Amino acid sequence: MSIGHALLGLLETGPRHGYDLKRVYDERFGHDRPLAYGQVYSTLSRLLRNGLVEESGVEAGGGPERKRYAITNAGVTDVSEWLVTPESPQIYLQSALYTKVVLALMSGRDAEEVLDTQRSAHLTAMRELTARKRAGDLTDQLICDHALFHLEADLRWLELTAARLSDLARQVAG
Amino acid sequence: MSEVLLSGTDLIKSFGPSDALCGASMLVHENEIVAVLGPSGSGKSTLLHCLAGIVMPDNGAVTFQGRDLAGMTDKERSALRRTDFGFVFQFGQLVPELSCLENVALPLRLGGARRKVAEAKAREWMERIEVAPLADKRPGEVSGGQSQRVAVARALVTGPKVIFADEPTGALDSFNGEQVIRLLVDTARDTGASIVLVTHEARVAAYSDREVVVRDGKTRQVALAH
Repeated sequence: MSIGHALLGLLETGPRHGYDLKRVYDERFGHDRPLAYGQVYSTLSRLLRNGLVEESGVEAGGGPERKRYAITNAGVTDVSEWLVTPESPQIYLQSALYTKVVLALMSGRDAEEVLDTQRSAHLTAMRELTARKRAGDLTDQLICDHALFHLEADLRWLELTAARLSDLARQVAG
Repeated sequence: MSEVLLSGTDLIKSFGPSDALCGASMLVHENEIVAVLGPSGSGKSTLLHCLAGIVMPDNGAVTFQGRDLAGMTDKERSALRRTDFGFVFQFGQLVPELSCLENVALPLRLGGARRKVAEAKAREWMERIEVAPLADKRPGEVSGGQSQRVAVARALVTGPKVIFADEPTGALDSFNGEQVIRLLVDTARDTGASIVLVTHEARVAAYSDREVVVRDGKTRQVALAH
């Protein structure tokens, strides 16, 4: 996830200072991973250096003065290009679970137990996400559904593997 | 943990040479939603049918509120299925010749309720789960999602203690499936009913309180505590 592009996208709705950007980002996209202040300011410095944002005034308050940042035309072009650039599909060829299953079979342990334990852990996580989804608004539902569909994909692989364990055991032994 | 409502112990069931269940056991507590998971042909549906008294196991025992189903007559088991159990299946469960309202009222009519009384109760349930506008339509005139919602109303109309749901979202897309499982779970929670939920969809199983895994006719015991 490109933090810089996300901040640029947020600045398209109007100039903001760093603290405000962090607050809106965390609210919309942060979920369990809020941005660190250092990350916000270092990203803004980079965007400023690259001409994608500019300073648009200073807000005086009770505390230290706060710079406001506005997106430039170059920044708008950059964020537009980013939005229409597809994300690389993630291909998970290095799965810890796959390794565990193969090693369990190679050592004569119960690979089905490995899969059962994992299924249980996945379903526990899915129950938590489902509860969170139900308590949240539509944006919470979207992010939770995204995670739920990925966990479900893992479980579909797990069930397919469970159905192939005997064949897999023979192949690993050979 | 609340009281055990339904239990199946060491269930064995064969259909001809094929062993569908070979020692499956599970408990369902009051107001508990239990997902039954497992690959196709693992015995999930047979387990559900045994627990619901639709088929009798060759060996092992099913008890509901402490009563052994094998000790009941066919008539008693039928009455139990009509009053204390509700059913939602994947598809094809509504009678095509009847209106949606008549379908929802059907379990009450079969139990001997007068048409007016049965249909008034059915209408209440259809309003509660927001399918009242479908009352006069035939099942063939409504969408798959609507049809499942009507089926949920029919499963609940008798105030069952257990709802047996066999792939209730299996024929629906993700959006409609989500709506149906939410409806089923919410109404069960409201009425205090338990659900035995057979599904191959993990996102649907995530609405349950816990899961039982069936493989090769046996229930798997998973050590990890929730």
